[in-house]
Amino acid sequence: MWNDWFPNIELQELWVATYETFYMTILALAGTFVFGIVLGLLLYLTMKGGIWQNKALNLIVASVVNVFRAIPFIILILLLFPFTDFLIGTIRGPNAALPALIIGSAPFYGRLVEIALKEVDKGVVEAAKAMGAKTRTIIFRVLLPESMPALISGITVTAINLIGYTAMAGVIGAGGLGNYAYFFGFQRHEFDVVFICTVLIVLIVFLFQFIGDYVSTKIDKR
Amino acid sequence: MISIKGLSKTFTTMHNQITAVDDLTLDINEGDIFGVIGYSGAGKSTFVRLLNRLEEPTEGEIVIDQQEITALSSNQLRMTRQEIGMIFQHFNLLWSRTVKANIAFPLEIAGIPKREREERVEELIELVGLTGREKAYPSQLSGGQKQRVGIARALANRPKVLLCDEATSALDPETTNAILDLLVDINEKLGLTIILITHEMHVIRKICKQVAVMENGKIVEQGDVLDVFLRPEQQVTKKFVEQVMGSDEQDDDLEQLFSSSQTGRLLRLHFVGETANQPLISKLAKLFSVDINILQGKITQMQDDAYGTLFVQMDGEPDEMDRAVQYLADETSVEVEVIQHVE
Repeated sequence: MWNDWFPNIELQELWVATYETFYMTILALAGTFVFGIVLGLLLYLTMKGGIWQNKALNLIVASVVNVFRAIPFIILILLLFPFTDFLIGTIRGPNAALPALIIGSAPFYGRLVEIALKEVDKGVVEAAKAMGAKTRTIIFRVLLPESMPALISGITVTAINLIGYTAMAGVIGAGGLGNYAYFFGFQRHEFDVVFICTVLIVLIVFLFQFIGDYVSTKIDKR
Repeated sequence: MISIKGLSKTFTTMHNQITAVDDLTLDINEGDIFGVIGYSGAGKSTFVRLLNRLEEPTEGEIVIDQQEITALSSNQLRMTRQEIGMIFQHFNLLWSRTVKANIAFPLEIAGIPKREREERVEELIELVGLTGREKAYPSQLSGGQKQRVGIARALANRPKVLLCDEATSALDPETTNAILDLLVDINEKLGLTIILITHEMHVIRKICKQVAVMENGKIVEQGDVLDVFLRPEQQVTKKFVEQVMGSDEQDDDLEQLFSSSQTGRLLRLHFVGETANQPLISKLAKLFSVDINILQGKITQMQDDAYGTLFVQMDGEPDEMDRAVQYLADETSVEVEVIQHVE
């Protein structure tokens, strides 16, 4: 039955491809989380009325974020080839995809972080200031914990974008399910491979969405 | 304890300048409960924020406990702020923390070790009457309980001054009273100086010793709460007093009612201080052969004294009535006013 419907699937290959997709997504997500929060905090803190109010810095960060969000991902990968080669030493394989994945999604997540931080009650920040809190304390004990549910839903949305990006990166040699679907499915006209890869990617997306929603509700005590 | 000189705050917008606090000078004694009352936009919220420099003063000098707040560097200011508690209209608790963790927050900021922190939090929870709710999140508490957490949090680092920014304005009347009782309790137990901003005269009446009335960024009237209640000079102040005492218009209605249907005399009795607590009416009725009918009245309990007005109709022989009125005027501290004679 299985061999009738899916004659070209090799489970070993499929497993490796799935593993690579997870590998790229999770590592890139970790990087995106860190850099996105840094960018979001910079945008939030330097905005008008912010703790580090700084028009110039705000403009620079906002511009960088906007430019990188404007570049289509597939072109961003090509653009970053020299940088990737310098950083990783190769432009092929899952590790080589990471810089592009992170640079492609951190600005997007940074904007979501900025929105999440703006939602934090100003009164709570004021209360912390009135208690004599340092800016560091306000960031790590007030702003981030108070916006955590929104930060988690944001990273969930970003994760789903990222899974899409890994598939694109796969097409130009990064490995993973996108790579498998393109080289083994599309180019060899083995449509069952494309189909199975699609199903797996959809399942991975569902999985991330489920985890994200669960964690976000769980930590929301409002 | 607190001395403020020439304090001003001007907000500059694109098109104009708004002076929220205008050349304000004020002294507040240690251990006082000092009320500042005014309508919204009078500048009272800005004023209280200037005291711990949540708003930077444009001009002027603030000295709290021999420390010139306005001269502190930002680092010194942070340390000093730990000694100035503040509570807010909307409580401003961290929803992501439990009651316990919220109260512990200022202690974390002050760098108190964990063991001590826990002991102190325990004490505070007991002080504000939240025993049993330590592990609850703010969303599971009522407004009054949230403000109790706010108060416990403000007291955590044993401040000398507590700033209250409309602390009861989001609460229902009953809860307001409970919170005010708690503030008085704290004031007496800890000898804390409390500065309280409100738009409700009821709050001033209930707990304050001194009051300042603010309008357009200036203090227009100031003094002992009882004095201000008895002899309000400014229009705003009169309005605020009416909030708790009822207005004069009601008195006019009463006169009309009386003249149309009653005989005898209509008297207005002003009670001030301890006489409000004496059985005056029954004493009068026993001493003189007069009938006394209470038409309308209100006695208001202040922080230390009572104060009120009573409208009574007195009937009987004219001589007897004269003697009764004389007695009231001479022998008691009640102020009598004969409003109407109908013979």
